[in-house]
Amino acid sequence: MIRLPLLAACLALLPGLASATDEAVTTFALENGMQVVVVEDHRAPVVQHMVWYRAGSADEPKGSSGVAHFLEHLLFKATETLEAGELSATVARNGGRDNAFTSYDYTAYFQRVAADRLELMMRMESDRMRNIRLTEENIATERDVIIEERNQRTENNPNALFGEQMSAAQYLNHRYAVPIIGWMHEMETLDMQDALGFYETYYAPNNAILVVSGDVTPEEVRALAETYYGVIPANPDLPERIRTEEPPQTAERRLIYRDARVAQPYVRRSYLAPERDPGAQGTAAALTFLAEILGGGTTSYLTDALQFDTQVATYSAAFYRGVSLDDTTFNVVVVPQPNVSLQEAEDAMDAALAQFMIDGVDPAQLERIKMQIRADQIYARDDVDRIANRYGQALASGLTVEDVQAWPDVLDAVTAEDIMQAARDVFDRRASVTGWLMREEVTQ
Amino acid sequence: MTRFFLTICVVLGLALPAQAEVEIQEVTSEAGLTAWLVEDHSIPFVALELRFRGGASLDAPGKRGSTSLMTWLLEEGAGDMDARDFARATEALATSFDFDINDDSLSISARFLTENKAASVALLRAVLQQPRFDPEAIERVRAQVLSGIRSDAKDPNDIAGRTFDQIAFGEHPYGSSSDGTEESVAALTREDLLAAHEAILARDRIYIGAVGDITPDQLAALMDELLADLPAEGAPMPERAEVTIPGGLTVVPFETPQSVAMFGHSGIAQDDPDYFTAIVLNQILGGGGFESRLMDEVREKRGLTYGVYSYLVPKDLAEVYLGSVSSANDRIAEAIEVIRAEWAKAASEGVTQAELDDAKTYMTGAYPLRFDGNGPIARIMVGMQMLGLPIDYIATRNERVEAVTLDDVKRVAGELLDPDGLHFVVVGQPAGLENTPAN
Repeated sequence: MIRLPLLAACLALLPGLASATDEAVTTFALENGMQVVVVEDHRAPVVQHMVWYRAGSADEPKGSSGVAHFLEHLLFKATETLEAGELSATVARNGGRDNAFTSYDYTAYFQRVAADRLELMMRMESDRMRNIRLTEENIATERDVIIEERNQRTENNPNALFGEQMSAAQYLNHRYAVPIIGWMHEMETLDMQDALGFYETYYAPNNAILVVSGDVTPEEVRALAETYYGVIPANPDLPERIRTEEPPQTAERRLIYRDARVAQPYVRRSYLAPERDPGAQGTAAALTFLAEILGGGTTSYLTDALQFDTQVATYSAAFYRGVSLDDTTFNVVVVPQPNVSLQEAEDAMDAALAQFMIDGVDPAQLERIKMQIRADQIYARDDVDRIANRYGQALASGLTVEDVQAWPDVLDAVTAEDIMQAARDVFDRRASVTGWLMREEVTQ
Repeated sequence: MTRFFLTICVVLGLALPAQAEVEIQEVTSEAGLTAWLVEDHSIPFVALELRFRGGASLDAPGKRGSTSLMTWLLEEGAGDMDARDFARATEALATSFDFDINDDSLSISARFLTENKAASVALLRAVLQQPRFDPEAIERVRAQVLSGIRSDAKDPNDIAGRTFDQIAFGEHPYGSSSDGTEESVAALTREDLLAAHEAILARDRIYIGAVGDITPDQLAALMDELLADLPAEGAPMPERAEVTIPGGLTVVPFETPQSVAMFGHSGIAQDDPDYFTAIVLNQILGGGGFESRLMDEVREKRGLTYGVYSYLVPKDLAEVYLGSVSSANDRIAEAIEVIRAEWAKAASEGVTQAELDDAKTYMTGAYPLRFDGNGPIARIMVGMQMLGLPIDYIATRNERVEAVTLDDVKRVAGELLDPDGLHFVVVGQPAGLENTPAN
């Protein structure tokens, strides 16, 4: 249940804990380097067809923030063989739904449709991998659309504006400092060259992952994929995915964001944190538990300390997202009761974190979380598209199929001591940002 | 960032069929309770959906928000367990209970592993029959609800929705937020919550759906264990709402860069013989994602918005036809002008044969896509029961879509769409828009 929808909308509370049931998953690669994942579920005659590109906002050239997402919109315009809008219209005429999304590390396109329409989806999706044809009118109109999207998601939402400032302060040298949708002043200048430059660099089979889930067999997928994607030549000039790295973070940052539209002030702390790395997911697994233990709901440590044992907070949470190409963040948020100041809320939060470092992990709580992870492997079989999404996200963020399949075991092996060690390492104030979201001060 | 943002998801019972291969059995328990069941033993868990008709509209006079606060407190302790004990118990079983409340129903979506069925049912039984409403829990959850109410008061989408509801439904419960106001929630007592519990959790208004690893006999026993001891009758159902929406425009000044608009007029009932024609019409006008006329004219051609939608809202006690759009303050007037023009065009000219054909192939082809998991199917079956649809309805649903003709759409468009009767509520600092009629 969500009692604070504005907050919940901008903070992803629960990371995907468990991974797939391996027996339903088949993976292989085409000769041109395109990776393929098939997740079978034959209970209903439906497929989800996705193509993930290893290219997101953090891969954009300096000065053109938002171009990855802008390009995502433009991929629904014309190609050599499709008119603008025809791809989505064709999907709809076939009873399907299509959409796309962009993140820091990837851009993905998908359709959900009756299983016997998979070939048509592949024909159209493979076409727009190389053949888009844009007009200046497309650029001008769609740029207006993404500006309205930024207005809707961000400019109209003080929580989102605050989140942008937090990220910008967290990363000193890495592109995760820049919002996925882009800074407004740079979005306004995005042009045809920016879009096509990004497209020609990154949209190629050797930079893409095909993920098909539902009522298909790996053999069917392989045959179709070879026909439609296999014939597209690899891009020999695909750049290596190297980004500017963070220097040692040596100074704690603090910020205050004021906005007259803030109804509910709160304090948020983010710490730079390691992500899941190929073959080395142990620390990320420990941090995943740490977030659950500290702020995963009614039975969590912060909720106990700040909402039950004392009445400092209306709401508290901790969250961590381990799937990321580069360093991610570990976050704690405390929404104070009306009679509690942000300073008092922050002090109580720090006192609770300090006390947790003394108390350590409650073994019973750890066991309950592990039980839920094991159960999630059963529940996940009811939602193969979710399994498909996990593969797409992980493979586009630098992980391997083996990493995805090892993840439940890596989680299961985490000990209380691992979690405390991860906590000692991550709670480094020098690598942290503390933000206060406040109302505008009224001067009368 | 998704390219496409579904602002409001209105569940239309008739538009939510599962696929033809869903085999629904009706199960009747010894105590006389009825459920719809889809047996599927391939994964060892069960999704169970319980829904109680009446929802937040059952709030007693002066007690606005009591049903809602009561609902949020259901997971805050039951029987001999306080809130934390209860949460620990569900976690240890990897069971989940999701509680939700809206204008027309209170719903409980449960999910449990087969191996933990007995213990999970015992927990849910305690929730339904032995609520605690501990003073500590009431205050904790009340503070969360109040925080939510204050946040909604500064959210342009919420302001627009509330303002529209007030215009459309006036003093009826539909005319105000089911959360209540700061004043009404602050005044609620434990007795009010017990009364709200008694008003809604009764056998005369319950609908049940189950999907997964459970047999009819097991389900019948489960229903009686959970529900047979509930009171036979709850509070009387609220009266129908009178919908009186005058054509015009209301500006709610709010300092923010993008104006948020909600618009609409009266709608059509779900049991109306023309309802199916109306949903096909809406699919073409503003319901169908990228392909709708509104999306094409307002977004694709002019870049005035990220999303514009229209949707039929057939509630239990009133029907409205609504839409939403947001545009920068200096562009919202143009967006509204385009929407009005499209409304008028469809009202006078209907739609084309090609549009009708495309809408039908979409609606019939999208059919199996609804069938995506045990929980969704359980919810669909409960929705069907609440609408009084026959158990074999699923097999006939596509025929009803196919039967809609171009003349039907033209006639219903002329009757339903009322461009002059549309009322727009605009929250923001819209350039060039004023209240009409002026007040």
